[in-house]
Amino acid sequence: MSDLIRQNASVLANAIATKEVSAVEVTQAHLDRITAVDDKVHAFLHVNAQSALDQAKAVDAKVASGVPLGPLAGVPLGLKDVLAMKGEPTTAGSRILEGWRPPYDSTVVQRLRAADIVILGKTNMDEFAMGSSTEHSAYGATHNPWDLDRIPGGSGGGSAAALAAFEAPLAIGTDTGGSIRQPASVTGTVGVKPTYGGVSRYGQIALASSLDQPGPCARTVLDTALLHAAIAGYDPMDSTSINAAVPDVIAAAQRADVRGMKIGVVKELGGDGYQAGVSQRYAEALEILQGLGAEVIEVSCPSFEYALGAYYLILPSEASSNLARFDGMRYGLRVGDDGNNGVEQVMSMTREAGFGPEVKRRIMLGTYALSSGYYDAYYGQAQKVRTLITRDFNAAFEQVDVLVSPTAPTTAFKLGEKLDDPIAMYLNDVATIPVNLAGIGAMSLPIGLAPEDGLPVGFQIMAPAMADDRLYLAGGALEAALTDKWGHLLIEEAPEL
Amino acid sequence: MTTTSHGDVYIPFEEAMSRYEPIIGIETHVELGTNSKMWCGCSTDFGSDANTQVCPVCLGLPGSMPVVNRVAVESTIRIGLALNCNIAQWCRFARKNYFYPDMPKDYQISQYDEPLCYDGYLDVTVDTPDGPQVFRVEIERVHMEEDTGKLTHTGGATGRIHGAEYSLVDYNRAGIPLIEIVTKTVIGTGSLAPEVAKAYVKELRDVMRALGVSDVRMEEGSMRCDVNLSLNKPGDGWGTRSETKNVNSLRSVERAVRSEIERQASVLDNGGRVIQETRHFHEDTGRSTSGRSKEQAEDYRYFPEPDLVPVAPSLDWVEELRAGLPEMPSVKRARLKEEWNINDFELASLANSGALDLVEATIAIGVDSVAARKWWTGELLRVANEQGVELEALRVAPQDIQQVEALITSGALNDKLARQVFEGILASEGTVEEIIATRGLAVVSDDGALLAAIDEALAAAPDVAEKILSGKIQAAGAVVGAVMKATKGQADAAKVRALLLERLGVSE
Repeated sequence: MSDLIRQNASVLANAIATKEVSAVEVTQAHLDRITAVDDKVHAFLHVNAQSALDQAKAVDAKVASGVPLGPLAGVPLGLKDVLAMKGEPTTAGSRILEGWRPPYDSTVVQRLRAADIVILGKTNMDEFAMGSSTEHSAYGATHNPWDLDRIPGGSGGGSAAALAAFEAPLAIGTDTGGSIRQPASVTGTVGVKPTYGGVSRYGQIALASSLDQPGPCARTVLDTALLHAAIAGYDPMDSTSINAAVPDVIAAAQRADVRGMKIGVVKELGGDGYQAGVSQRYAEALEILQGLGAEVIEVSCPSFEYALGAYYLILPSEASSNLARFDGMRYGLRVGDDGNNGVEQVMSMTREAGFGPEVKRRIMLGTYALSSGYYDAYYGQAQKVRTLITRDFNAAFEQVDVLVSPTAPTTAFKLGEKLDDPIAMYLNDVATIPVNLAGIGAMSLPIGLAPEDGLPVGFQIMAPAMADDRLYLAGGALEAALTDKWGHLLIEEAPEL
Repeated sequence: MTTTSHGDVYIPFEEAMSRYEPIIGIETHVELGTNSKMWCGCSTDFGSDANTQVCPVCLGLPGSMPVVNRVAVESTIRIGLALNCNIAQWCRFARKNYFYPDMPKDYQISQYDEPLCYDGYLDVTVDTPDGPQVFRVEIERVHMEEDTGKLTHTGGATGRIHGAEYSLVDYNRAGIPLIEIVTKTVIGTGSLAPEVAKAYVKELRDVMRALGVSDVRMEEGSMRCDVNLSLNKPGDGWGTRSETKNVNSLRSVERAVRSEIERQASVLDNGGRVIQETRHFHEDTGRSTSGRSKEQAEDYRYFPEPDLVPVAPSLDWVEELRAGLPEMPSVKRARLKEEWNINDFELASLANSGALDLVEATIAIGVDSVAARKWWTGELLRVANEQGVELEALRVAPQDIQQVEALITSGALNDKLARQVFEGILASEGTVEEIIATRGLAVVSDDGALLAAIDEALAAAPDVAEKILSGKIQAAGAVVGAVMKATKGQADAAKVRALLLERLGVSE
């Protein structure tokens, strides 16, 4: 098998299982690719080549002994640095956790190990997953493989860029307001934010606990489904995890059929404020779906207007509490412990030095929003909006099977372009945020390049809670039609690095 | 008027009560006796090496998440039911945010405006010169939370944080299930406030014990009280309250209330203003010192804990727990008073001495009720008081009393010898039989030996024999006493007396 790095995960797994290629060869090919291109992309914060090769060897041993293996056994993966992995650096993109090596595996990592997926290393991200560009990483920005001067999205820009740069065929992301989908959108890859509680959060360094959700990232809908199935399911260590059967996402991705499906176009997500090329590709995708036998109708979700405002109260509020533990007392950075400073000064100096400006901004916002006397006006009001948004979704899903929108209003913007304008940065998540507020599942998949800048455009599909299979049914059908049309996956059009 | 080294001035209690009315409120923290912690599977054993009972969850490591201990919820519901509370059908945990190194997450998971149990009461009885008086202490709420780690300040003179060179943290205690029981304001106690406060805490402790939800050892900190108190002149509005923490024994509860009344009365008498503050009680002096001022209330930024799902106990479960509640201490006391045919005073002294359960257990294995009470509230209580320990902490078990009583009935032991048997048990000399054997405590029942001793005693006091013969039978006591002395108490006094009269040919 040639060109191992350009193969899909399902193809690689099959080749490994049939001994056409060894897992070690596959892993080595990706390690070589990382060595060759990651100086330019900076998708990874940490690569453990030895550990990856050891994991691959173990898979090859299992293949040799005839042990039955999972459908992704031996396939390499990039893990977002927000997930705890025993003994490996885990920083969440922050200085404050520099040098910390967790003594335990997150549930996602446990399940990846159980599926014999080879973890190459940890991918870059905005500090504590706060951002839409990866520019807020304390360890330097990640570059979009389509145009190295542009952002790869965020917060999971490292995971998406690793896929787009062929450094890994699989990646794990986490999505609090779009951190899986928006990076997928701007890098021409696929990403799914599962239903809240569908994948265990245990071991994910929390940003906003009521919104956070780990999920799968890949270059095809089927690969995404295979990874989704590997990490999903009830976990007694996460109280908010759903104790019910995981929808059969793999079968849905394979069926890839929208005949008779009712697809709702969310009126409020599109039009003004959306880049022309984004709107154009979006309209074409809707036509394709119609052509495949889906019924496309427009639905209105009037409360979505308030989603961004509510999100930027709930997220900072929860984050201000979740990030309190980074105080220099037990792990990570400690500043000012010279015998002259008391505990309060050491905590304060550590947090001053360890957190970046966006993290401080959100901690202050959240601390304020939760303060006595302001709670009802801010946090309380935001929770009410959240309820209204959930009601809008419920009403819409009474009319349609899935809802759709562009994933992001624009294609990848330039590095530095929005760094000094937080509101402009926040607006990039306007279409992805309602999903997190309602706790439902959504997918982003590539639907072409915007004519004006030649950059990927993402298409968002949203499904009711615990109906994540519908994302794959519709996404799979759209992907198949587009691949037929182009003769290849969109990612094949990415420039050589 | 007295002045302490801290500058606080106190006026005598009776004088204070002649001018002011106290209002009290008590917050009690109880560590639940679950096997594992509130959010993880770590052990809750007391006294292990520092930081050996920890995991990512109770250390609050990044990414870890809490899972509610079902037994803790069950215990809390049972406590709520025992305190006549309503049980919430749906409630959430909340985060109480503040930075402190003993708190691994820098927030405590607690309950805020949605406690699991609310609106209950506990009736407590206080002895007064006019007889027992019942006070109803209303319960505001019973909620669940987690304990913090334990800080040890090293290098300073006082063992407190000020002046310490460094501090060590032991997180073994972090995450141990804690419940907080908050009373509503208790008014109308007047000068009985200290006794009511103590009686409430004691009754609460007995309820916890009856439920078996905690070992409620105040000296080990598994039950801790904060006492809120304010004074006002009759007819005036409520005064400013202080909160006295660190009140860690029943006796201290009473003393803390008394002392705070004396202090606040002095402040008010001098035209001063009581400061809303936290005070720390000191067992050694019986006084409190000023802690942190609460004038500017700390903002804990409470919000619902998003890592946990709401607690929603089903009605069936609550009713099942209600049906399984044990007999409450007050009900039990009423029953035993009836069964043992004792008065309020005797009952109160049994209860106050901690003998009630022991006496009941002793009677339950067949010992006569009078004898059971006699031993526990007599000889054994004396020893316990002497050693400064609780009655139940003595090495004597109800079974020992059963054995000793059986031996007395059969004539093998008398009271005096029995006391020596208990002395031996308390000194860990072995079982009842072993102690009787090694100490040679059998009653002398050989008539020949006793008659010889009687003859000897009569010979030594011929005038006594004459008195008895002349009809003054009560004079026999002197001879019996001499015989008992000669046999080192190992004779049955009644038998000696009978033999003596027979010897002299006198009948009663």
